[in-house]
Amino acid sequence: MTAAPLEALLAGLASGEVEVVDLTHTLCPDFPVIVLPPEFGQCQPFRIEEVSRYDHRGPAWYWNNISMSEHAGTHFDAPAHWISGRHLPANTVDQLPVRDVVGPAVVLDFSTECAGDPDFVLTRAHVEAWEAAHGPIPPRAWVLFRTDWSKKVGTPDYVGLREDGAHSPGPDAGAIEYLVRERGIIGFGTETVGTDAGQGGHFSPPYPAHFILHGAGRYGLQCLANLDRLPPRGAVVIAAPLKIRQGSGSPLRVLALVPASPQVPS
Amino acid sequence: MAIAGGHRRRDYDGVVAAVPVTIPYMRYSIEGAHWWIARALGELTRAAGLRPADLDGLCVSSFTLVPDTAVGLTQHLGLTPRWLDHIPMGGASGVAALRRAARAVQAGDAEIVACVAGDTNHVDSFRKLVSSFSRFAQDAAYPYGSGGPNASFALLTDHYMRRFGATREDFGKLCVAQRDNALRFPHALMKKELTLDDYLGARPIADPIALFDCVMPCAGAEAFLVTRPDVARSLGLRGARILSTMERHNAFPDDPIQMRGGWAMEVGEFYALAGIGPQDVDLVQTYDDYPVIVMMQFEDLGFCAKGEGPDFVRAHDFTVDGSFPHNSSGGQLSVGQAGAAGGYLGLVEAMRQVTGQPLGAQVPGARRALVSGFGMINYDRGLCSAAAIIEGAGP
Amino acid sequence: MTRPLPPPKKKDPQKRTRAPLVPPGARSRAALRMTAAAALGTFRLQVCAACGAAAYPPRDACPKCLSVDLAFRDVPDGGEVVAHTTVRTSTDLYFRERTPWRVGTVALDCGPAVVAFLHGDVVVPGRVRVAAKLDKAGNAVLIALPESETPHMRDDPLLRELTASPKHRRALVTDGRSAVGRALAAALARAGASIVFVGAAQLWKPFPEEAELRAIGNIEIVPLDVTDTTSVSELAGEIGGKVDILVNTAEHVRPGGVLSRDGITTMRDEFEANVFGLTRLAQAFGVAMRARGADGTNNAAAFVDVLPVHALANWPEFGAFSAAGAARLSLLQCLRAEMRPGGVRVMSVFTGPLDDDWRQTVPPPKVTPRQVADAVVRALEEGIEDSFVGDVARDVAQKWRQDPKVLERELGQ
Repeated sequence: MTAAPLEALLAGLASGEVEVVDLTHTLCPDFPVIVLPPEFGQCQPFRIEEVSRYDHRGPAWYWNNISMSEHAGTHFDAPAHWISGRHLPANTVDQLPVRDVVGPAVVLDFSTECAGDPDFVLTRAHVEAWEAAHGPIPPRAWVLFRTDWSKKVGTPDYVGLREDGAHSPGPDAGAIEYLVRERGIIGFGTETVGTDAGQGGHFSPPYPAHFILHGAGRYGLQCLANLDRLPPRGAVVIAAPLKIRQGSGSPLRVLALVPASPQVPS
Repeated sequence: MAIAGGHRRRDYDGVVAAVPVTIPYMRYSIEGAHWWIARALGELTRAAGLRPADLDGLCVSSFTLVPDTAVGLTQHLGLTPRWLDHIPMGGASGVAALRRAARAVQAGDAEIVACVAGDTNHVDSFRKLVSSFSRFAQDAAYPYGSGGPNASFALLTDHYMRRFGATREDFGKLCVAQRDNALRFPHALMKKELTLDDYLGARPIADPIALFDCVMPCAGAEAFLVTRPDVARSLGLRGARILSTMERHNAFPDDPIQMRGGWAMEVGEFYALAGIGPQDVDLVQTYDDYPVIVMMQFEDLGFCAKGEGPDFVRAHDFTVDGSFPHNSSGGQLSVGQAGAAGGYLGLVEAMRQVTGQPLGAQVPGARRALVSGFGMINYDRGLCSAAAIIEGAGP
Repeated sequence: MTRPLPPPKKKDPQKRTRAPLVPPGARSRAALRMTAAAALGTFRLQVCAACGAAAYPPRDACPKCLSVDLAFRDVPDGGEVVAHTTVRTSTDLYFRERTPWRVGTVALDCGPAVVAFLHGDVVVPGRVRVAAKLDKAGNAVLIALPESETPHMRDDPLLRELTASPKHRRALVTDGRSAVGRALAAALARAGASIVFVGAAQLWKPFPEEAELRAIGNIEIVPLDVTDTTSVSELAGEIGGKVDILVNTAEHVRPGGVLSRDGITTMRDEFEANVFGLTRLAQAFGVAMRARGADGTNNAAAFVDVLPVHALANWPEFGAFSAAGAARLSLLQCLRAEMRPGGVRVMSVFTGPLDDDWRQTVPPPKVTPRQVADAVVRALEEGIEDSFVGDVARDVAQKWRQDPKVLERELGQ
């Protein structure tokens, strides 16, 4: 392999032909986390404690201690996160092949449909319709499900908790089965707190995105932002989780490399 | 069980008190108590024509000597007494020193006893002193805020006024008379005339007590000698005999509020030992930190019955030349209260009067003086009561 | 007659805030036992076991028979005022700023005469009842009160100094999502708080209680998550200078002890909310409160923590929660000493098991939110440092005082 492709990438970055888009929310204590019934163990939100700030605790330096769940903020789910992926090899963030963390992205924009329906369910038919318009999803792609839900962060509508649970869009089993089995995707990314719909626990199987993706050794990305700045196809996603030993996932910075002028898919 | 009888007080034959010394008071002093006591002892030995080493007895009272006591003072001052006492009785210290020293001399345990009281007054001494005055004061008086005995005496005064019909004018009359006396006493810190209107219109401190009911803390020292008459004679000193003394502490503890002192328990025996009655004394030096206590002393020492103090005050003139010469130097109310020296003030002044060596006005024909002491507001009342009658050759 | 306390004027921003001073604080050990009784809101004097005489001031031996067997016992609080004074000047700095005030001598029905503060409505001579209250230095002082309630009695300046009445004060209740927090917000508003700030965590979650809170009036809902340092310090940055009474009702409770738990995740949640939450509140609000201990009518007056009575002795069924309570109790003791220079009271309100979902399987008697709220308001109005709410709390406290080891075994059965 020559260095040419990387030189081309660097040239594109330098010229502005390749833009870097941050798909990450700022990690902060009041960023919502998934809510489970209270008798279960809970997802710890991000917390930050100042160690020193140019003061008596450390005169020339500023730093913090942070703590959080592996699944707080914009985060990555490894196969080991779910029971269906528990026996797979290299199923934790420290072991997964690093080549998996960089790959092509397609953006399935259903923000219009979701706007009036927080319980919108992405089905195989929706995916096929998208492919009819934009072409087939390439192998080993990150499929990013655009709902514009990231714009609801800070409001109760983001998680959409009601007495019967959370309400936010997500895929059904059919859609995920199709993406995994027939399109060989590397992972599925959402703007919501989970890869599954808010009501995904009532689907069959429960939490189909988690169950199927991780059972097949694929990954999840959640709490993504700025999906509206990506083209339907043509972007490259870099999503490298922290190398936590035996980690089930991790907060991370998700970046997308995007052609400066959006390409029209063929 | 009955305690066997046979109690009989011995007289004070073979003892005289002499050489009354007052070191002029100062409102504030940057010196320590040791300095003031040293000055008083220096003056005492000089006036008596003695060397310090001639003093074989020493009796000390002071609040501000801490952390020292009379013990440390011996080394500090280079004295080697064979009889030593330290009397922490505040306003009763003078009489208590007199009667203890008298018994020591009478019994031969000491020959020449110097009795001295002195205190300094730094700018914040008073506040520090009252905050650590006693455990009960710390626990149950100081937290109520008056920062000293004012409120305690206000309560006694309020009760006394309500119970016995005393008025502010009655107390004022005593204070005004003492100021008149003080204007004739060179060492008094109060140099201005006091009128009854001044008294009644003064700044309130703790109702019904106002400014001129209160003594002014200051620095100063007082001293006298107790010795045998033959020693006094050989030194050419004019001495006063002791006719009687008494002390009593924590008297009438079940009175809900103090309206009488230990004098009332002892008064019969006190005059019996003296062989005279209250009508036979020529002047009276009461302990006057707040005029209500003066009135109580008049009653408890038999000058009038309990509750008749107000009428007694209305019936008499308390100036040096009056019908009832009282606190002839002006008392603490006008001279100032130099800590424990306040407990000596009346006794030392009485010694001057009955031996005809006044610093100011002489009470005409004064030969017998009754001196009374009162001290130590441990919590809500004064615990120490003491009194003595001394007799001299007169002016 | 006590005049009703007018609402404070707005503060003149050109004037320096008066620095807090406290009254003389030294006490003998015997006197501290009276303080301990007053902390519970009780009036106790020493009573001689040998001769039955009551004694005052606190001492080491009976003045009637010299027995050293003196125990503090409840005694009749009635008496007769025989003398009074209005003190108009003092050498003590704290009192100089509070002149004039009344002091009297009370002949108690139980024997001793005592010097006590006098409530403004006390008539002399006359009958009174004597109460022991904690002063700004945290020590017991006696105050003679009218035998029966008088109009606006709590507005007496002296009594207000010895308590922490919510009237005209601004309160912060940390957890408006909990039933206790809501009941307390309502109770503080009823007791005359000029405003009650009510914290609510995670406002991205539904907040169905909001309507009930808003119906109280005099309420401001503020974002507050005691498990989040940033949240606590941001709120303190906004309202820290005007919180006069802080009541921490935040609690995170889960059943289980040590071995019934797998790992420390749940326990950490409990400690985050119950222990570090208290710490965060104290650090963020306490320093300003301590500095505002003498800031006029609506000075900072009290920091109140509602905690489980099993802080005193572990109840293994809720063993980790009890442990967090014990840590909380210890922190409160520390905080009490740290806040004392400002004259700000630190009050502990110990509760028995609350009647809520988490204690569904706990047999009665259980404590209602209203009981807790009323106890907090009573603690503030009466100046009670340690309150015990509900039969279980009182039972546990009584047993604990008698023998902590026996209680441990009883709770562990």
